[in-house]
Amino acid sequence: MRLLLIAAMAAVPAPVWADSLIPPAEYAYRQLPDPKLEAKAAALMHTLRCLVCQGQSIADSDAEMAGDMRAMVRRRIEAGESPEQIRAWLIERYGNWVSYAPPVEPVTWPLWAAPILLIGAGLYLARGRFRRKPR
Amino acid sequence: MRRLVLWVPLVVFLIFVATVAIGLYKPSERTIRSQMIGKQIPAFALPEAVPGKPALGSDALTSGEPRLLNVFASWCVPCIAEAPQLMELARRGVPIDAIAIRDRPEDVAKFLGRWGDPYQRIGSDRDSSVQLAMGSSGVPETFVIDGKGVIRYQHIGDIRPEHLPAILRAFEAAQ
Repeated sequence: MRLLLIAAMAAVPAPVWADSLIPPAEYAYRQLPDPKLEAKAAALMHTLRCLVCQGQSIADSDAEMAGDMRAMVRRRIEAGESPEQIRAWLIERYGNWVSYAPPVEPVTWPLWAAPILLIGAGLYLARGRFRRKPR
Repeated sequence: MRRLVLWVPLVVFLIFVATVAIGLYKPSERTIRSQMIGKQIPAFALPEAVPGKPALGSDALTSGEPRLLNVFASWCVPCIAEAPQLMELARRGVPIDAIAIRDRPEDVAKFLGRWGDPYQRIGSDRDSSVQLAMGSSGVPETFVIDGKGVIRYQHIGDIRPEHLPAILRAFEAAQ
């Protein structure tokens, strides 16, 4: 009996970070009527990071805050803002961290330079292999 | 020289393994600080969160005296944990306003009745829009706003007794 109770308790984990009782925002789970605008919004949402479920984009996350962020993105796209304007607005508040598209700036130069350097190093190492053998 | 070069791939590989191992065994718990510290609070006007309590607009936060702005919700468990500390701050004469995130008036009223009410004004942010504009990434969070409405300090997570000195210092510094 006690085992059964423990099993039942394990099966129903107590929510530690509860959710609110408010229904999701209008555009959290509803697409914009205009497919062109929706495509624009969706592309942006896939490159914005969810703040409470780090590692997911707001397009992938079911967190309430991600829903509110999706609603905000769709509302602003509908109002005529460009995706990059919305990204800039969020970066101003949360830093580059919120965006999955890293900007080119001194801190991120290594990130952009690494592939070029690695390919260069690879070519340098491989060059001996391609040299025509002396007869 | 040539013998040394032979070891380079192994060293690079070991650095890679160490980086992955550190990341696996000590996952980074990132708190995202607001980039709005030192900047003016965004303009907003929120409706009242609970009947009988004044609503909150950004003009109330530029009244000339520094204030605390607590971002909370009745459905947020750590918000209960920090309630006694907020009561203590209010008792010491620190003015506290609040933003209730995604909340219903009856739930806010119940929360205040049960855990205490240290707030002078509470605005209701039903779609987290003001929270996003503040650069806040969750509940609870507490901001120190100076008399001109400039955000001076951000505390992320529930306020525990050991956090009180830092918050009081930030409040004094905002005078």
